[in-house]
Amino acid sequence: MTSAADISTTLADQVKTAFSCRQPLRINAGNSKAFYGNTIEGDVLNVNAHRGIIEYQPSELVITARSGTPLNEIETALAENNQMLAFEPPLHTEHATFGGAIATGLSGPRRAFTGAARDFVLGTTVINGKGEILSFGGQVMKNVAGYDVSRLMAGAQGTLGVLLDISVKVLPLAEKEITLVFEFDQQTAHDQLRQWILQGHAVSASCFTNNILSVRLSSTESSVNHSISELGGEITDNNIWIQLRHQTHPFFTDNTRLWRLSVPPATEPVLQDHNQLIEWGGALRWIAGEDAIYEQAAALNGHATRYALHTNSDSDPFQPLGPTMLKLHRQLKQAFDPELILNRGRTYSSL
Amino acid sequence: MNSVINKNNFVQSLLKILPSQCVLHEAEDLAPYECDGLSVYRATPMAVVLPDNIEQIKTVLTLCHTENIPVVARGAGTGLSGGALPLDNGILLSLARFNQILDIDTENRTARVQPGVRNLAISEAASTHGLYYAPDPSSQIACSIGGNVAENSGGVHCLKYGLTVHNIIKLQIITMQGEELTLGGDTLDSPGYDLLALMTGSEGLLGIITEITVKLLPKPAAARVMMASFNDVATAGQAVSEVIASGIVPAGLELMDNAAIRAADDFVQAGYPRDAAAILLCEVDGNEHEVADELEQAKAVLKASGAVEISIAGDEQERLKFWAGRKAAFPAVGRLAPDYYCMDGTIPRHQIATVLTRIHELSDEYGLDVVNVFHAGDGNLHPLILYDANIDGELERTEELGGRILEVCVELGGSITGEHGVGMEKINQMCVQYNSNELTQFHAIKYAFDPDGLLNPGKAIPTLHRCAEFGAMHVHHGQLPHPHIERF
Repeated sequence: MTSAADISTTLADQVKTAFSCRQPLRINAGNSKAFYGNTIEGDVLNVNAHRGIIEYQPSELVITARSGTPLNEIETALAENNQMLAFEPPLHTEHATFGGAIATGLSGPRRAFTGAARDFVLGTTVINGKGEILSFGGQVMKNVAGYDVSRLMAGAQGTLGVLLDISVKVLPLAEKEITLVFEFDQQTAHDQLRQWILQGHAVSASCFTNNILSVRLSSTESSVNHSISELGGEITDNNIWIQLRHQTHPFFTDNTRLWRLSVPPATEPVLQDHNQLIEWGGALRWIAGEDAIYEQAAALNGHATRYALHTNSDSDPFQPLGPTMLKLHRQLKQAFDPELILNRGRTYSSL
Repeated sequence: MNSVINKNNFVQSLLKILPSQCVLHEAEDLAPYECDGLSVYRATPMAVVLPDNIEQIKTVLTLCHTENIPVVARGAGTGLSGGALPLDNGILLSLARFNQILDIDTENRTARVQPGVRNLAISEAASTHGLYYAPDPSSQIACSIGGNVAENSGGVHCLKYGLTVHNIIKLQIITMQGEELTLGGDTLDSPGYDLLALMTGSEGLLGIITEITVKLLPKPAAARVMMASFNDVATAGQAVSEVIASGIVPAGLELMDNAAIRAADDFVQAGYPRDAAAILLCEVDGNEHEVADELEQAKAVLKASGAVEISIAGDEQERLKFWAGRKAAFPAVGRLAPDYYCMDGTIPRHQIATVLTRIHELSDEYGLDVVNVFHAGDGNLHPLILYDANIDGELERTEELGGRILEVCVELGGSITGEHGVGMEKINQMCVQYNSNELTQFHAIKYAFDPDGLLNPGKAIPTLHRCAEFGAMHVHHGQLPHPHIERF
C-alpha cells in the first residue's frame, strides 16, 4: 500500500495545463467502476497517489479523506470505532477509492433506509476545469453558506470537478444485525415489508428474487430480538448483503446484461417476463435483458441505466434527459469546466 | 422621478397580464411585505405579486425577464436572514396562495405539496396515516415548505433525520426564463446532476419553486426525553461528544446555558434546575425496545460525563413540559431585554466548550449579554444577543458582535450559517468563509440558471467588490485575496 500523500498542487497544475491547451482529461483512480458510463478519450489524470485519511474523530461522526484513499482503508478505520459508511458504497474491489465512490454516487443495500452517498457528503475540495482548488461545505452537519456544491459532486462522475478531499458523515454500527428470509410472492413480499416498516421494525435492507424475500434488521439487541419473535421467517447469515453490495451475488454473475431500473417503491410488478432482483423496498429493480427499457421506465415515473457490469458500454447508458434539462446541464458543466476538459462525455456524450 | 414613472409603468404592465387582486402596489398594501423575520432590514418593492396559478408565475417571470426587473420570492416571510427582503427596484413574488396539499401517497410514503403549505400542516395531514414530515424548524407552525427548501431548513431532529435536503425527493421549478423543470423524481435517485441538492438552500437565486414532493416517515412508536444538569458549560459540551461517541444517535440533543434556563423557566415553568450552569435535553425515539435500550445507555454516558442530575420524563405530559422550555426559549429571552438578535453558526462538536468561552469573552468585550440555546447534537449554535435598539449605536454593535461570533465559528472549522441561510444578514461573512475563486464559482452557477441575475440579486453570494469593501476576507496561503480589486 502506498503511503499518505497530498498531491493537490501537482494535480491542479496538470488541470491548469490541460485547460490552457484544451486537452481533455480522463480522471482515474482505482478504475473499479469503468463500466459505469461512457468510455472516453483523454490524457489520464491519476489521483491514485492522492491518498490518506486527513481527519477522523469518531465523536464528530465525520471522516475526511483524500479521494485516492482506498475504501478498504476508510472502512477499516471506521470499523475499529464501530462506525460505517452508511450508504454502503458498492463494487469495492481492493482498488476502489473514496473519490470513486462519491464521484459515481452509487449506494448499496442500506440506501432506502439510511440514505444515499449524496446524503452523507458534508464537504469537498475540488479542482475545477480551470485548475483552481476550491473548497465547499465543511466538516459540520449543517452548513447552508453558499450553494451545496459538495452534494452536486456526488454522482457527477468528475465532469464538474476533480475530487481532492471529501468529508462525509458516518454512522455507528448497530448493536445487532440479522437477516430473516421468507417465501412470498412479489405482492405479498411488498405488502409485508411495508407493514413492518410502518410498525417500526428496524429494517435496514431488503431483497426479493425468485419468490424469496430477505430482510435485514439493524438495531439494539432487544429491538432485533423482538422483531425476530414478531416477524417469523428463518434467520440466516448476513452474507447476502455483502454479495448484493459488491454485486457478487449469483444474480449479477449469472446475468451479464442488466438494466438498473429506479422506480417509485410501490410500483406494481413490472417486466415480469424478465429475470429480476428487487432491492430498496421496491425502489431499485435489477432487470436481466438486452433491450433498452428507457420508455417503460419513463412510463413508470422512473429511469433506467444500462448496467453492463462486465463490459464497457459504447453509448450513453443513462436515461436520456429532456432538452431543457440537457441545456441546463450543459450550462452547469460550462460553469465549472469552461473548456469541457474534465471527463468529457463520461455521463452523457454532450457533457 | 424617473423611478416613480418606471414603477407606475411597470405596475400598469403587471395589471394588464394579471387579475387586479394578484397585484399589490399601494403603499399601505406593500407595508406588511417590507421585511421577513429579520425585521432590522426593510425595503419597499415596486409591487407584490400574488399569483394564483403556475401560468401566472410564468407570465410574471417572462415580463420581468423582458423588462429586466428583479424578482424576490417569498413564502411565509419567517426567514431569519433577510432572504425575502424586497428590492425597491423589483417585485416581491409571494407564493402564499399556493397553499394546497395536492396528494398524500401512503404507499410510497410521500406528499406532493405546493410551496405555500405550512411545514406543520404536512405532518398534520399525514398524521392520520401514521406518517409525518421530519424537519421541524422552530417556526414550523408558520413557515412554508417552499421557504424551507430555499433555506434548507433544519430543526431539533436533524442529527438523526437530516435537513430539508434529505427529506425531499422532487421539485417543480420555473426558471427566470419561464421554463418549467422537474428536479429529482419519485424515485430514490435521478439521472444527471443532483440539481435537487443544488436547488435546496439556494435562497431563491436559481429558480422559483412551484411544487415539492416530500418524504414521509412512520411516526416513531415511542419517544423519551431526559434532562441532564451540569455545573459548568464545558462539561456539558464534552458530554455531547461522549453521547455521540457511544454510538447513540439521539433524535434531539439540545443545550441551554444558565441564562436560557432561567428565562425559559420563568416564562413557561418548565421545571428546569435554575442553578445549573447548563442543561442538556436528550431525546431518543424509535420502537419501544430501541428507546428503552438507548435511554439506559444515554443515561449511563451522561452520568459518566459529569451530569450532576438526570431526570427522565415519566410520561408524555412531562416530556412535553421538558420541551416546552426549550421551544419557548426565544420568546422567553425576548423578555430579558427590549430586543434580541438570533445568530446561527455551526462548529464541530468537540469545539463546543471553546466556542462558548470565546462567546463569553466577546460578550464582555462588547458589553452585551449573550444567551446560548443550541442544537448541540449538530454543533449548531443559536447565540441570542440582548440589546436595546433605542440606544444609539447598539444595534450596530450587536451586528458587529454577531459577525465576530460567526468568524470564530469559521476559525474553529465551522460555518457562518447552519440553517438560517446567508440572505442579507451574513453576506459579509461569506467573504470570510469563501475565497474569491470560490465565490466566482458560485456566481458561475448562478449564471447557468439565471444569466441576467434577476432572481434575488445581492443576497446569499457577495460580489467580489463587496468583499473587498468589507475587508475581512479569507486569506489563503498568506496571499491577499482579490488582489486585482481596488481597495476603498
